[in-house]
Amino acid sequence: MLTSTIIYLAAAVICVPLAKALRLGSVLGYLAAGCIIGPFGLRVVSDPAATLHFAEIGVVLMLFVIGLELELGHLWRLRRAVFGGGLVQLVVCAVPLGLGALALGLPWQAALVAGLALALSSTAVSMQVMGEKNLLPTPVGRSAFALLLFQDIAAIPLLALVPFLGSEATAGVSWAALARVFGTVLLVVLIGRFLTRPVLRLIARTGQREVFSAFTLLLVLGIAELMAGAGISMALGAFLAGVLLAGSEYRHALETDIEPFRGLLMGLFFIAVGMSVDFGLLAREPVNMAVIVLGFQLFKGLSLGAVAWAIGVSRQQRWLLSALLAQGGEFAFVVFGVARSARLLPGDWDARLTLAVALSMALTPVLLILYERWFERCAPTNERQPDEIVDASAQVIIAGFGRFGQIVGRLLFASGIKATVLDHDPDRIESLRKFGFEVHYGDATRLDLLRAAGAERARLLVLAIDDPDTSMQLVEAVQEHFPKLAIVARARDVSHWQRLRSRGLRVVERETFESAMLIGRKALEVLGVRPYEARERADLFRTHNVQTLESMLSRWENEAERTNLARSAREQLEQQMRQDRADVERHTGRGWSAQEEDARAPATAK
Amino acid sequence: MSDASVVLIFAHPYPDRSIASRKLLEAVEDVEGVAVRSLYDLYPTFDIDVPAEQAALRAAQVVVLQHPMYWYSVPSLLKHWFDKVLIRGFAYGPTGKALWGKRCQWVVTTGGDEQAFEPQGMHNRPFSDFVPVVEQTARFCGMHWEDPLVVYGAHRLPEPELARAAGKYRDRLMTLAGQRPTPAREPGGPAPSSASVTTATGRYRPGRAPVRS
Repeated sequence: MLTSTIIYLAAAVICVPLAKALRLGSVLGYLAAGCIIGPFGLRVVSDPAATLHFAEIGVVLMLFVIGLELELGHLWRLRRAVFGGGLVQLVVCAVPLGLGALALGLPWQAALVAGLALALSSTAVSMQVMGEKNLLPTPVGRSAFALLLFQDIAAIPLLALVPFLGSEATAGVSWAALARVFGTVLLVVLIGRFLTRPVLRLIARTGQREVFSAFTLLLVLGIAELMAGAGISMALGAFLAGVLLAGSEYRHALETDIEPFRGLLMGLFFIAVGMSVDFGLLAREPVNMAVIVLGFQLFKGLSLGAVAWAIGVSRQQRWLLSALLAQGGEFAFVVFGVARSARLLPGDWDARLTLAVALSMALTPVLLILYERWFERCAPTNERQPDEIVDASAQVIIAGFGRFGQIVGRLLFASGIKATVLDHDPDRIESLRKFGFEVHYGDATRLDLLRAAGAERARLLVLAIDDPDTSMQLVEAVQEHFPKLAIVARARDVSHWQRLRSRGLRVVERETFESAMLIGRKALEVLGVRPYEARERADLFRTHNVQTLESMLSRWENEAERTNLARSAREQLEQQMRQDRADVERHTGRGWSAQEEDARAPATAK
Repeated sequence: MSDASVVLIFAHPYPDRSIASRKLLEAVEDVEGVAVRSLYDLYPTFDIDVPAEQAALRAAQVVVLQHPMYWYSVPSLLKHWFDKVLIRGFAYGPTGKALWGKRCQWVVTTGGDEQAFEPQGMHNRPFSDFVPVVEQTARFCGMHWEDPLVVYGAHRLPEPELARAAGKYRDRLMTLAGQRPTPAREPGGPAPSSASVTTATGRYRPGRAPVRS
């Protein structure tokens, strides 16, 4: 046990950086490591199937993390992309692949299963690759994710279908099994919704970090096992659990805890895939395998190109989607396993197809490199864009790049200051990259994201998030983990301003205040007040207004006072307005009269 | 009638509440070829449009600076205008000849009367002691320095005296603009051609805020 662990770790540590240095990506590195240590390489580790099974937990954890990022509302907005696009993809890819299998001499039942199984792509490979290339937030990344999500769902009926088609038709889907599926999903929903949070709170209160980690793993693996018991994909179960916890306050902690396990196990998963490549079979039937793999990739690649067109992926990126999803998935391994036990696949076909899938996974990074080469040549204008991003050691991080953050960012950009942008709108991110911004997709309150954005080195965080609660979360995270990072903050309203100020922030501005002041000045000007005087009145008003806010701050920090203040908000407004009036009149009425002006400046004439 | 165009840089933060400055300005703003630029109306936040100011200066042959005296000097926006507009490459330096040979007329109003500007007066020094800074600014830019027009005790000047000062100002400007000094318009007399009255943005119009484009 310990020796094999050491072998896996050593293989990964040697191969992955090497592959990265050669710009091949980590997936290819892991696969190569697997090939080297596997039964057809150095034979230091045997039983790839067991390793693969264990390492699937990595995929489970990955989907849990993905689920954590997707709240139910967001998922609901994806419904068309998932079910519409997903169904199109499955059908469009499965038909030519099935026909191809038929042409290779497989009986129709086997060809049907092979076509459907090969139409599924590898969530593990494509998500890993997309993560590395920062493609997840792009439109093509979103489309790919939606298709993968549908495939995970579609795998369930597919697995149920296989025994039906087998020559030894065992009992298919019984009502009991169906009831068990729904019962399990319901149970998971109930656990995720109602049980987890109180337990997490309880554990968090003990302050035992490792117990929290243990519970997180227990939760994910438990749910995965529960789902597997009901015949549902473990990954799908974990995804569901993730979605249910997406809105919880422990989301970030859960994510931080899962992250290292996920990374390691995903690596192990790829190593196991590398190990399971049957080089013996490859050596025996090189031509056969070449035909199968190339035919598989060609048919699926072209079909995916068509799917990309059908679901509206931009022309430049159609073949990117195709390259991302052309490989066979880990589900195919399971399906072929079941098909073999159902005597559905004749002879060596399950081994051949399994090998084809493994090889296709290894081909994915190669396809992407080819795509990039080709794309670079076709679109030379985009050539330099990656370089600019890589060396970005931005001093400024802008969190939130909506209507507000954009103005700040553009001002900085115009002044030649490079900023790293955190935002969760993929479309905006796309166009920003073109201008050499380093952009990170996702929730700015995530620690890993902040770290990735260079929060440790940056001098300044421009907090331009519109949602006050998210904004406060970010402030808390930054103050705890990056105390040196200065913050300039946008406040939504007075109460948000108070909250930010009471966290010790010095530079906080209300988002509407200055523009409203400007409109007020323009209004005065239209009414005949000279521009300079209108400006002075506005300045005076601002000074007074800020003073009032500052004086309220200490009272606001006292909670009892706060409720008191809230209750009399209207009264406050009225009092404030009376005060405003008195203040401005004191200074602009007779205040600016010639006498006073003369007393102030003896050499002055009116 | 040869005309030299005149740019009148007017710097008063509160023209509506001024007494003398407004009267003086009203006396000259309809002189043919005069373009008034009221700095506090144009740039209430001090964000001076430097190219626009420089273009106005280039177009003129006479530069008039009219303002109340603040602390023995120009109001802060006019000083800022000096700093931003009269820059190297435009107003001085090897290639800065834009103002070369133009005439500069300083028109200044002060609260103190003439006695205040005597060795025993409130300000301890003659008024001529306070001239050099503005004068040298103009001369450094290569402009001809005209005799300054100083209106003392401006805010309590009796109406006839103020009118006389205004008339003097008008005559001076018409001379500088290359026009014969003419008496102020009489009802029924020929009005100055309104076509030649410059209507640059920010041109001073009593009682109305100028619209900035």
